[in-house]
Amino acid sequence: MQVTVPTEKRSLDKMKIEDMNVYYGAFQAIKHGSLDVPENKVMALIGPSGCGKSTFLRALNRMHDLTPGARVTGKITLDGQDIYADDVDPVTVRHRIGMVFQRPNPFPKSIFENVVYGPKIHGENNQKKLMEICERSLRSAALWDEVKDRLNRSALDLSGGQQQRLCIARVLAVEPEVILMDEPASALDPIATSKIEDLIGELKREYTVIIVTHSMQQAARISDFTTFFLLGELIEVGTTSEIFTRPKDKRTEDYITGRYG
Amino acid sequence: MTNVRAAGKAHRTERLALIVLRGASGFFIVSIALLIGYLAVEGTKLFTVDHKSIFEFLFSPTFAPDQGHIGALAFILGSLFVTAFAIAVGGPFGVAVGVFFAELAPKRVASAMKPAIEVLVGIPSVVYGWLGLTLLVPLIRNTTGSTGFGLLAAGIVLSLMILPTVVSLSEDAMRVVPDSLREGSLALGATRWETIWRVLLPAASSGIGVAVILGIARAIGETLAIQLVLGNAPVIPAGLLSPASALTSEIVMDMGGAAQGSLLQHSLFSMAFLLLLIAMGLIVLVKLVARKAA
Ligand SMILES: Nc1ncnc2c1ncn2[C@@H]1O[C@H](COP(=O)(O)OP(=O)(O)O)[C@@H](O)[C@H]1O
Ligand SMILES: [Mg+2]
Repeated sequence: MQVTVPTEKRSLDKMKIEDMNVYYGAFQAIKHGSLDVPENKVMALIGPSGCGKSTFLRALNRMHDLTPGARVTGKITLDGQDIYADDVDPVTVRHRIGMVFQRPNPFPKSIFENVVYGPKIHGENNQKKLMEICERSLRSAALWDEVKDRLNRSALDLSGGQQQRLCIARVLAVEPEVILMDEPASALDPIATSKIEDLIGELKREYTVIIVTHSMQQAARISDFTTFFLLGELIEVGTTSEIFTRPKDKRTEDYITGRYG
Repeated sequence: MTNVRAAGKAHRTERLALIVLRGASGFFIVSIALLIGYLAVEGTKLFTVDHKSIFEFLFSPTFAPDQGHIGALAFILGSLFVTAFAIAVGGPFGVAVGVFFAELAPKRVASAMKPAIEVLVGIPSVVYGWLGLTLLVPLIRNTTGSTGFGLLAAGIVLSLMILPTVVSLSEDAMRVVPDSLREGSLALGATRWETIWRVLLPAASSGIGVAVILGIARAIGETLAIQLVLGNAPVIPAGLLSPASALTSEIVMDMGGAAQGSLLQHSLFSMAFLLLLIAMGLIVLVKLVARKAA
């Protein structure tokens, strides 16, 4: 007999962060951060600029490995597996945990080549398969209808909003489990922003999303959970409605009510 | 009052500076125009005054101006072969080293190597030629039984000489590729190597193209270094190990004995003009490649 747990009841934590510290040389940018990230939810990271949101996010897919002088300590697990363990390849971690950056960064290649870049390096060579992946990813990123007739045109010809959705499609094409987004709409106009926000609402059905945003309205609109950062510390985490209506910490309340600007 | 006067004075100084700068750049442009014009006139006398055919100059292998033969094919091919050799060896190697410095070498190694590369640029070409003559030619002679002089020796010396140009320009080309592309690729689970090969190199391709073209320009114009090791036989090179001549080395060899207005002198001028045309062609090519990038 097969037993399946109903999805709503699965209170699985996709990622767990315990006592994370991040240093840039002698400067400590994240201090003893701990956080559980529930699966198939959107987790927003908010806080004044410079408080360490990007630093925290980049520790989750080992991007700091590339920054000279940066050091991460503590335990970060994905499905219970320590992603900083000695026998774990950071390349595999980044395959499973995708990232969308603040500024759209399409490769100077065609739209098609951008989307299938990941699948190709992970060994998919079948042209028909790649085409399927391309269409599926672009559809999921709500970009297919706008570009389906010009897949071979340069990605650099797209508008900023389209480029950002292309970057999301590019991440979806490698079928990650977690998607990290660092202020993905901060460089976009309001219409492009609302498209991205709608898209994020769709994504959580299949992915766990962690998103940094400087806009509290955006956090309120799109996230299920919110974590408030201040000066490198994780001050408070809760459901988004809790954080925005009855925060427990005075500092969170001050920020929400606009006292930090 | 004083302010106005000071402003007037500053204004006058500025005007003076402008006149000086205009004069200097005007002088510069006129000199270049005169130089090109002179080479163009002298370089075409072979055809306009002596009524030789351009076709013979470009495609005949027989060079004996005292007997009326002005074919420069042997020198043209010699120049092309040594340059091709240099770029075939020094090009990929130089690009690889440049990419290594930009992407893979630890910062300390890269910053220690940069001045070393710049020293290589500063070494006079006669020193390269001298080292080729005293080290390379005997080595080739002993291992192959040939004279040691020829395309192989010249090609190796040239490969070394173009290396700094190719290395530092391709390193620069890699460094201007924005970090966002590196991060974008790595964040998709690409390895460093895949990132270099599939994203960074294509993104830097026009800069690397420029590096290689300027390497070619350096090689084709090089004179002393190859003259010392090429063997200077005015014949079409039969192989890598046989002595040959190049346009540049031939001009150096014969210019002392070329009487004013002689067929020999006119032939040498034509070769010099041809070299100038090649150089200008390469510069146009650089512009085209660089424009493609923008
Ligand atoms: N590469 C780096 N080297 C040194 N300090 C850094 C680096 N990146 C960020 N920082 C510092 O770490 C702190 C947190 O930065 P960041 O994570 O970018 O904040 P946020 O994303 O919340 O605006 C800031 O004080 C910033 O100056
Ligand atoms: Mg940030």
